Amino acid sequence: MKSLGNIRRSFAPWADPQSKPFISFRNITKKFGDFTAVDNLTLDIYHREFFALLGASGCGKSTLLRMLAGFERPTSGEIILDGQDIAAIPPYKRPVNMMFQSYALFPHMTVESNIGFGLRQDGMPKAEIAERVQQMLKLVKLEQFAKRKPQQLSGGQRQRVALARSLAKRPKVLLLDEPLGALDKKLREETQFELMDLQQQLGLTFVVVTHDQEEAMTMADRIAVMSHGKVVQVATPAEIYEAPNSRFVADFIGDVNILEGSVKAAGNGRVELSGGDFTVRAVSDAAPAIGTSAAFAIRPEKLKVSRTAPADPAVNTSEGEIWDIAYLGDMTVFHVKLPSGKVVKTSMLNAQREVENPIGYDEKVWVSFAETAGVVLRD
Amino acid sequence: MKALGSSIFSRLVIIVPYVWLLLFFLIPFVIVFRISLSTTAIAQPPYEPVFSLADGLSGIIDNIRQLSFDNFVWLTEDALYFNAYLSSIKIAGISTLLTLLIAYPIAYGMAQAPRTWRPTLLMLVILPFWTSFLIRVYAWIAILKPEGLLNQSLLSIGVISEPLIILNTNWAIYIGIVYSYLPFMILPIYSALEKMDHSLIEAAQDLGCPPMTAFWKITFPLSLAGVVAGCMLVFIPAVGEFVIPDLLGGSQTLMIGKTLWNEFNSNRDWPVSAAVATVLLLILVVPIVFFQNMQAKADEKGR
Ligand SMILES: Nc1ncnc2c1ncn2[C@@H]1O[C@H](COP(=O)(O)OP(=O)(O)OP(=O)(O)O)[C@@H](O)[C@H]1O
Ligand SMILES: [Mg+2]
Repeated sequence: MKSLGNIRRSFAPWADPQSKPFISFRNITKKFGDFTAVDNLTLDIYHREFFALLGASGCGKSTLLRMLAGFERPTSGEIILDGQDIAAIPPYKRPVNMMFQSYALFPHMTVESNIGFGLRQDGMPKAEIAERVQQMLKLVKLEQFAKRKPQQLSGGQRQRVALARSLAKRPKVLLLDEPLGALDKKLREETQFELMDLQQQLGLTFVVVTHDQEEAMTMADRIAVMSHGKVVQVATPAEIYEAPNSRFVADFIGDVNILEGSVKAAGNGRVELSGGDFTVRAVSDAAPAIGTSAAFAIRPEKLKVSRTAPADPAVNTSEGEIWDIAYLGDMTVFHVKLPSGKVVKTSMLNAQREVENPIGYDEKVWVSFAETAGVVLRD
Repeated sequence: MKALGSSIFSRLVIIVPYVWLLLFFLIPFVIVFRISLSTTAIAQPPYEPVFSLADGLSGIIDNIRQLSFDNFVWLTEDALYFNAYLSSIKIAGISTLLTLLIAYPIAYGMAQAPRTWRPTLLMLVILPFWTSFLIRVYAWIAILKPEGLLNQSLLSIGVISEPLIILNTNWAIYIGIVYSYLPFMILPIYSALEKMDHSLIEAAQDLGCPPMTAFWKITFPLSLAGVVAGCMLVFIPAVGEFVIPDLLGGSQTLMIGKTLWNEFNSNRDWPVSAAVATVLLLILVVPIVFFQNMQAKADEKGR
């Protein structure tokens, strides 16, 4: 099999103004009574894209999927699928399959007939159905459970049946609502990669809802971060992580230290913030007005902790004191208390098995970071 | 100590239904069965032998020798009984089917109704029970008789020119049974439908089922337990029903409940009526036990 990396690296239809989106949400609003679950949302998803919706519980992710599948009608706005407005198409005619958050397995059918349900509905020949079902069972590693009823399975097994059932028809668009939430870490990681393989092989478009940012980062070509029914940022995992466009996104994805300050100088691709423990000199295209308050977001692994002050005067530096240490195996996390009392989080890879004279509790240290290590966020 | 107490308590809880069945089902059944093995006598009670502890052990053994299955043999010899059983089962079967056809849409509608309405709808279904069963059956006489409410209204709007003869036919019995037993069919079906997860229907539609297909493939099979329970709750008492055929049915209606009543009250033949009752019980219980066994096996197979 070809490595995914090469295919993926060159896959960026969203950057190409020529390419047409496969799914378009245009100014979609969904209200339940006077509660707005999805708020004037516009979003494009491209053919063969693995798209992830990420956001806190209740931010409208499932509602968005359900509108695409046809179970909810948008209060206003339109959804275009493959060049066609799908408002008038009933759910059973949409080329979209959904894996439900609650699994929705048919309790009176065996695992096998659950998975084959959609195929039988399409009138596929029996032999082909049996073959496809076997293939799906193998994919989700449930071969020996084919004859069981859903209530005789564990939560994780049920989830895999639901996944297999939604995949069996190979729809143009597959909607997955928390597809792997109930699986243990190992199986989950395996399944993530299998999903990615499958999506590549079959050339499908996947829209995945997840709570788990790591999962989204692993699988998705692009991620939409949602909050209160709105999309806050849509970008590739790397962009979302390295260049969050707001405090919310920076905070939501991964760990982050936010350093507050007021703008002292800005221009020529540089910004200088003062106030707090650092005078932050950063490379940034943001051009906030001088005197306004702004924040600098920096990830823990980009903060450096050392016993001696860095020699280079250009780097941003502050004194500090080790406040807390957490050894995580692959890395060690230090919480450093800065002179103002603010505690920042830094992490250091444990490249060696043993370190001579490791940094310990209450030690005086220097915290520093490079000019390109973080992003300036305007309020 | 606490564990012991609670285990005794949980055992007691399990025993209660068995005690109930013993007292009010098994013992009466044994008495009825024993009477069915006796012969009629002009006495009080009107059968012999009569067991008495005063006779001593040998007396009791002597009495047991006198018991016989003659009454059961008699049931097979007179075609009346066979026809009565058959016609009861037919009438009960048709009525059960009609009840199901009417009850299912009602139950379905109730289960689809907004959650806040449901208690009210349930109340309305049960409401007729607040009036005596007999009064409600008598009311049907007034409705169905040739110069009754139904015929008058149909005549006045010109749908018919002659009064329909419904009273004293099997149709009147069907109407009576359907009307009286409808709640017993609605409630179990409603409870099965109400438990159902709506996302199952969505899943079926998502996989390509139009709503009607989704109903037959998902909703209906999942409500089957309720349908079976409802059918039993209607069919079983309907087979032995006496009041409705007696009041609404004609003199030619043959139902086992009526036959039993005649044997018991008019002929004062307790042993034969006891035999009729015993056979009735067998006719009803054997298929149920068989059915349950099959279901248990099917469940077992799914494992
Ligand atoms: N049928 C409904 N009636 C009323 N409110 C609803 C309905 N469905 C969803 N909501 C509300 O809309 C909001 C968004 O719901 P949604 O299910 O889309 O959230 P979500 O992002 O999928 O959350 P989670 O991650 O917990 O699944 C929630 O606040 C929810 O309470
Ligand atoms: Mg959800």
